[in-house]
Amino acid sequence: MGNTSSMLTQYDIEEVQEHCNHAFSQQEIVSLYHRFCQLDRNSSGFITGDEFLSVPEFAVNPLSQRLLRMLDGLNFKEFVAFLSAFSPRISLQQKIECDHYVFIFPIFFFFILPLFAVEHHILFWVVLFKVYDFNSNGKVTFDDILSVLRDLTGSFISEQQRQEVITRVLEEAGYRRDSSLVLSDFMRILGSSQLKMEVEVPID
Amino acid sequence: MNQRVGTDSSPLRFAACESASIPLFATFIGARRRAPPARTHRQIGSQLVGRRILAAMGGLDSSSMETDLDRPNIEEYLTTETIREVPKKLHLSDLLDISPTLTEAAGAIVDDSFTRCFKSNSPEPWNWNIYLFPLWCLGVVVRYGILFPASFSWLVSLSNLISCMFCRVGVLALGWIVFFAAFLPVHFLIRGHDKWRRKIERKLVEMMCSVFVASWTGVIKYHGPRPSRRPQQVFVANHTSMIDFIILEQMTAFAVIMQKHPGWVGFIQKTILESVGCIWFNRTESKDREVVATKIREHTQGVDNNPLLIFPEGTCVNNHYTVMFKKGAFELGCAVCPVAIKYNKIFVDAFWNSKKQSFTTHLAQLMTSWAVVCDVWYLEPQYIRPGEIPIEFAERVRDMISVRAGLKKVPWDGYLKYFRPSPKLTERKQQIFAESVLKRLEEK
Repeated sequence: MGNTSSMLTQYDIEEVQEHCNHAFSQQEIVSLYHRFCQLDRNSSGFITGDEFLSVPEFAVNPLSQRLLRMLDGLNFKEFVAFLSAFSPRISLQQKIECDHYVFIFPIFFFFILPLFAVEHHILFWVVLFKVYDFNSNGKVTFDDILSVLRDLTGSFISEQQRQEVITRVLEEAGYRRDSSLVLSDFMRILGSSQLKMEVEVPID
Repeated sequence: MNQRVGTDSSPLRFAACESASIPLFATFIGARRRAPPARTHRQIGSQLVGRRILAAMGGLDSSSMETDLDRPNIEEYLTTETIREVPKKLHLSDLLDISPTLTEAAGAIVDDSFTRCFKSNSPEPWNWNIYLFPLWCLGVVVRYGILFPASFSWLVSLSNLISCMFCRVGVLALGWIVFFAAFLPVHFLIRGHDKWRRKIERKLVEMMCSVFVASWTGVIKYHGPRPSRRPQQVFVANHTSMIDFIILEQMTAFAVIMQKHPGWVGFIQKTILESVGCIWFNRTESKDREVVATKIREHTQGVDNNPLLIFPEGTCVNNHYTVMFKKGAFELGCAVCPVAIKYNKIFVDAFWNSKKQSFTTHLAQLMTSWAVVCDVWYLEPQYIRPGEIPIEFAERVRDMISVRAGLKKVPWDGYLKYFRPSPKLTERKQQIFAESVLKRLEEK
């Protein structure tokens, strides 16, 4: 499915479904395909950053640039795989297929994973982590958190206040200013919060 | 559409209109649904009521209202629900929790209200079984083979001149010939009697537009009183295609504000439409706005000018939605007469997607379909109310037009097709988040 033909065959749909671990139903995948073709203006088979930014609701999002790094140049299969992080269907499959994801995560996940109440698709955590981990080294430092907070708050909080906030909450949670967080830390910290990361795919 | 389009605009009516439309915007948290819970819309309505009451009481500074209502509905539609009523202490988990923002971004990728406005909705194919398919083939033959062309060999072989009359291209060609035969002498020879010249040119343009409409077998139903030629009035309509102008021009010779086009359309703009007093603009030029605004003002003052027609959306929309109206037409201090146009989808999809097809292709598509059926409603002239700012006035008129034509409203500026959204919108979101963080920081 390198080039976007206007028709999806049953085989294509099943292949994509496999790839995203059945996070979407077949109807939703067809719907997403129409959406992909609509966004991919020049029918190149992938959506460029510019084409994503032509959606005004996406362009006004403060985290759009960070997401674009993950989204740029995705073909349809990878596009659906990315969106499966936001699927309302709770994935009970704990098996992680390494070759499907472009993200790096440590192998010891197989063991850590069952320990936490993982209510969300594993990709959800990876996306969340990747937004913070800008240089993709698997660790989120104080500066990474600061930079995301800067994107989210703009000029409405002073830099000093931002640093103060982060230092304070880190200390309260038992970390030092120079400690770095890994994916498992994220899952532990946020695991108990009510995270709502679900997007419904409209079926035409 | 059983609401009376009229003068009363209680805020509740605004809210009621909203509930008629499919909710197109994500809230900060959560699943995007097809039909929103009704209370969301009432909340939106009541927030607007609150704002307006405050403004009316002079509670809010008017200039801040102006900037606040630059996009009057955006904040309401993108309402954040993360700000809880009782701010709790800030924890690390709260700081790291960017899931609402991410969900919103993903929601925008999956479906967004702006791109929907420009989607061509082709009708369901109906020719899919063994009985209907041959009929459809016959239809194709009739549309492309008989109605459309006017090739001479066809004429000769039929040796029937009348058949040429019913061929659309033939009709069009004949129309152009008659038009130019009359227009050119009138335009260049009758120099002295300007008033007469103008009158004749106006009639000729109206006739030419009727020929155009006939060439697509246009069935247009006009409702409401015909526009009259008076000073201090401006007409606004929703925009689906350049043929909107032709359809309206058939009834009354309007002076219209148009984007300058290249090619044969540009040629016609320069030669013929100058005579009805059209005003040109260029979207890409930044200084253009003031120049055009001045020209518009002069035109509405003039007594003898043709009534001015403006499409405040600024771009073609697919006749299911309306995008935000530009306030230029609404701050002239004169009467605004709304016109609502709705095309019947069954016959042809009249939306001109200017990025996908040229105007010539679009016209050819219209000429090879069965008919162009549409309704035009001339609505009651509106005046700006005391205490109402131009943007609110524009929204009120957009409301009227959307209700009449059965369109859904969308809070985006049509120009976002060509330009990126203003950073002010992002800043607004940043401000909301920053305030919530600061508030919770103070809680010990």
